[in-house]
Amino acid sequence: MTRSAYAAAQPDAVALSERVHWIGALDPTLRTFDIILKTANGTSYNAYLVRGSDGVAVIDTVKEAFAGEFFTRLESVADYSEIRYIVLNHLEPDHTGALPELMRRAPQAHLYISVRAQAMLKALLKHDQYEYTAVNTGDSISLGDRTLSFLNTPYLHWPDTQCTWLEEEQTLFSGDVFGCHYCDARLFNDRVGDFRFSFEYYYAHIMRPFREYVFKALALIEPLALKTIAPSHGPILRDQPAQYPAHYRRLATPALSSEIGGEKSLLIFYISSYGNTARMAEAIYGSASEVEGVRASLYDLEGGEIAPFVDLIEEADGIMFGTPTINGDAVKPVWDLLSSLAVVHTRGKIAAAFGSFGWSGEAVRMVEDRLKGLKMEVPVAGLRIKLIPSDEELDACRGFGTAIGRALIGEDEQTVVDMA
Amino acid sequence: MAKAKVTFLDIGVTVSVPVGTRVIEISEKVGAGLIYGCREGDCGTCLMKVEDGWNNLTEPSVVEEKVLRENMAGKHCRLACQAQVLGDIVVRPA
Repeated sequence: MTRSAYAAAQPDAVALSERVHWIGALDPTLRTFDIILKTANGTSYNAYLVRGSDGVAVIDTVKEAFAGEFFTRLESVADYSEIRYIVLNHLEPDHTGALPELMRRAPQAHLYISVRAQAMLKALLKHDQYEYTAVNTGDSISLGDRTLSFLNTPYLHWPDTQCTWLEEEQTLFSGDVFGCHYCDARLFNDRVGDFRFSFEYYYAHIMRPFREYVFKALALIEPLALKTIAPSHGPILRDQPAQYPAHYRRLATPALSSEIGGEKSLLIFYISSYGNTARMAEAIYGSASEVEGVRASLYDLEGGEIAPFVDLIEEADGIMFGTPTINGDAVKPVWDLLSSLAVVHTRGKIAAAFGSFGWSGEAVRMVEDRLKGLKMEVPVAGLRIKLIPSDEELDACRGFGTAIGRALIGEDEQTVVDMA
Repeated sequence: MAKAKVTFLDIGVTVSVPVGTRVIEISEKVGAGLIYGCREGDCGTCLMKVEDGWNNLTEPSVVEEKVLRENMAGKHCRLACQAQVLGDIVVRPA
């Protein structure tokens, strides 16, 4: 169904309850979201309207191009003069695109945003006239017989993100948390098509890099007696809503920790043209394995796929890359893996690079720069060896492996330099 | 000339430097993980966490304060390209 047909088929707001309505918009023809996400059947921009005995609140808006649908649906259940509060759970343009026009139509409405959204508000909306109140976990606003309270859930998936809890309806307006790009006019999870893939795909690309924050948010959300989760994209989760926080917890829980136990996991990835970088890798692997408390693993990138390696790196404490230099650069399989790490948390991991080269050997420094750019710690300068490693050079490799292993267990050597 | 010690925790290196040196200049020479972009206090790339000796750096300028705020820098974070060493400090990439 085309976008206009969707809108025409269902022009009015949709009731979640007598007091809560969906006033969002459907975007069934979108095939790529934010450059990086595929959307096989489009997405939705969910916005909601809550009516209390003492006024109306609008929670989030829609992408600017969909403002017409949003306003039509809003007008089907409320008058602009009734709107007292506008709550923004997340300031990304797909949820704030219609805000300037909404503020023009309801100038009396007061904005509520998270503490961390303040710096973004002006930058995103290019408007410094809006008055707002910054709220945090525990703050609430009253609509008479309905109360909205706020849960600060930073980095899910922007610094500004928050959830809004409607106690009397046991409804959580969760922003992008528990959302997915799945467009279905039937709206509710007990009526739409099979969206499981979209839910997990969205988590993997949007929430996964912020795993530690997922756990913090779940600690706030799981105690709630959830009757409905109303996210800002995808189906409204009214059937067994508690299974979605539970699924987030499963997705965020490290799978490997139980096997590795208390040891530090070191992954050594390499690729080799003539076996020289491979010999370096094996020497490094051998000595790193001998450091007590380190569990080392060796992988030839030529024989692997990117995705499982990304999964391994997410759980690892240390990562090493061995690459030859070809035409002044590291080779493509190394860059393919290094450019796929934006979806996992890499900050603070111990990392290092090494490799054999024929002429100039730039690859090791390039890889080191990338590792530092990913906020990993590179405690030992990379090891470069010209062509075939000699016995002495293989000894240097073994020393390199030991040094990285010792850095992993916190026993790296301290160096003193005099530049005074 | 007065000297101070700068320790880079990420690489386990301590450097003795003349007072007044900018942290980024030292970091670059010893290969610590403080990456940088503009080196003019504008981009925020060289953000570092001062683990010890917070008061042994020059005061942040108004411009640095603004960049720190915009980058939502945590407590005791500074820009390595702006902060000059006055006494012993211990730092790591933020």
